[in-house]
Amino acid sequence: MMNTTQKKLLFRRLRNWTIALIVLIIYIWAFTGFFQNFELKASAWTSAKAIFTGMAHPDWSYISDPDGEDLLHALLETFNIAVLGTFISALLCVPFAFWAARNMSRFRVVSSTGKVILSAIRVFPELIMALLFIKAVGLGPFAGVLALGFHSIGMLGKLFGESIEDMDFRAAEALRACGANKFQTLWFAVVPQVLPQFFSYTLYRFEISVRSASILGMVGAGGIGAPLIFALNAHKWDRVGIILLGIIVMVSIIDLISGSIRKRLV
Amino acid sequence: MNLAKRRVARLKLVLVILFFILLIWSASKQTGVSIAELLANFSNMGALIDQMFPPDWSYFNYITQAMLETIRMAVLGTTFGGLAAIPFALLASRNIVKTKWVYVPFRFIMNLIRTIPELLLAALFVPIFGIGFVSGIFALGVFSFGVIAKLAYESVEAIDDGPLEAMTAVGANKTQWIFLGVVPQVVAPYMSYFLYCFEINVRAAAILGYVGAGGIGLYLSRTLGFLQYDRVMSIILYTFVVVLIIDGLSNRIREKLI
Repeated sequence: MMNTTQKKLLFRRLRNWTIALIVLIIYIWAFTGFFQNFELKASAWTSAKAIFTGMAHPDWSYISDPDGEDLLHALLETFNIAVLGTFISALLCVPFAFWAARNMSRFRVVSSTGKVILSAIRVFPELIMALLFIKAVGLGPFAGVLALGFHSIGMLGKLFGESIEDMDFRAAEALRACGANKFQTLWFAVVPQVLPQFFSYTLYRFEISVRSASILGMVGAGGIGAPLIFALNAHKWDRVGIILLGIIVMVSIIDLISGSIRKRLV
Repeated sequence: MNLAKRRVARLKLVLVILFFILLIWSASKQTGVSIAELLANFSNMGALIDQMFPPDWSYFNYITQAMLETIRMAVLGTTFGGLAAIPFALLASRNIVKTKWVYVPFRFIMNLIRTIPELLLAALFVPIFGIGFVSGIFALGVFSFGVIAKLAYESVEAIDDGPLEAMTAVGANKTQWIFLGVVPQVVAPYMSYFLYCFEINVRAAAILGYVGAGGIGLYLSRTLGFLQYDRVMSIILYTFVVVLIIDGLSNRIREKLI
């Protein structure tokens, strides 16, 4: 006869073995597909060498060009797209955040639908969003701004919604007990609590947006992506090298500044 | 005294707000933002969205193979990146490697890798490994390496020193020290980061094909090229469903881990 502890142990062991088996099957499936299709092209080595030599000797002349078609202008445009995109989404996501916060509505259905909509926005790829907006406003950075602005709602709305859910309601209750109206409780109890996190998340999203903005140009939505894809297609690896270097430097600097501000905020 | 301090704080706030307004203004000037243009051409976008519905349901069958390939890319990319991240995470931790000139350069390399967008990595790997999902796997691998290594070394630095000190006291060597003292403490967070990165990678893998790196993105760029917007919508919907399922599963496992 087995007692309950033994049964539980057996059950747990069985469960662990099943999980291990499932993981094993997934890996066998993944690796067989990998090895069936894996073949190095004969040219792989030469193109790898070309890429590395090109990147080791970046095209320094591209950094600044009096005509304006240069790295610094493109990077500035990328930065601007990220700034505006983040700004738009930080404004637009607020209603979504309140919609998706569980403690803001009486019925679970309301917040759940809000959450589903936010994750739908998150899954909708930025590149497709950019293509949609290019149809509306034409090729150029404005389409990129709109694409980033709408795409980022998904992530910011989720994060803001979660920080609203984590909020401490005693301050709001105290104010209401003193006879404050709805607007006053919102302004004096809710906003001061949520604001630092709100800014911190916005900055965090801004860091991500800079990275996204640097590839949006691949479909024609402005920024550094367009010269990058041209250089890639033309196999001008020295040009690719300098652009890559530019992206790395810009992103690192922005991460550094934004990170230090975020540390001070929270 | 107090008044002066408050005045300085207020001045600082005003300056920050002014700077911010200036930033937004100059950015909108340079990117050519115009609400009028957006509103005027909104119908174009509406027409496009109109073409997306109803999605081409029969297309789902056709792209299942590509969807599986996308998941496979994410699995393998995360695995390769995650495995490569382990030694680097240990070498970048201040409490494992106590010499500054080891952990600082390793951190620097990891930070550099994380600044490169995956799509760009994929575009660089395609000329080497050819069009197909192998390039995607390597791009995702490099990206996951950056993410997992960073998160992992942060949790290695946050571990409890007690067991480590005890092991040193009884004369454990460095290997024993790492495998019996450090690793058991970071396995759970590591697995959690691994799954988190896998979630990101599934989403990323879905668009990597846009630059030729395999998976469902290949079909995305093809249908976009042929202006088959109903099929584009099918691909987006399919991706959405798969991502929701994987996120749900992975979230449940992660909740158990922590």
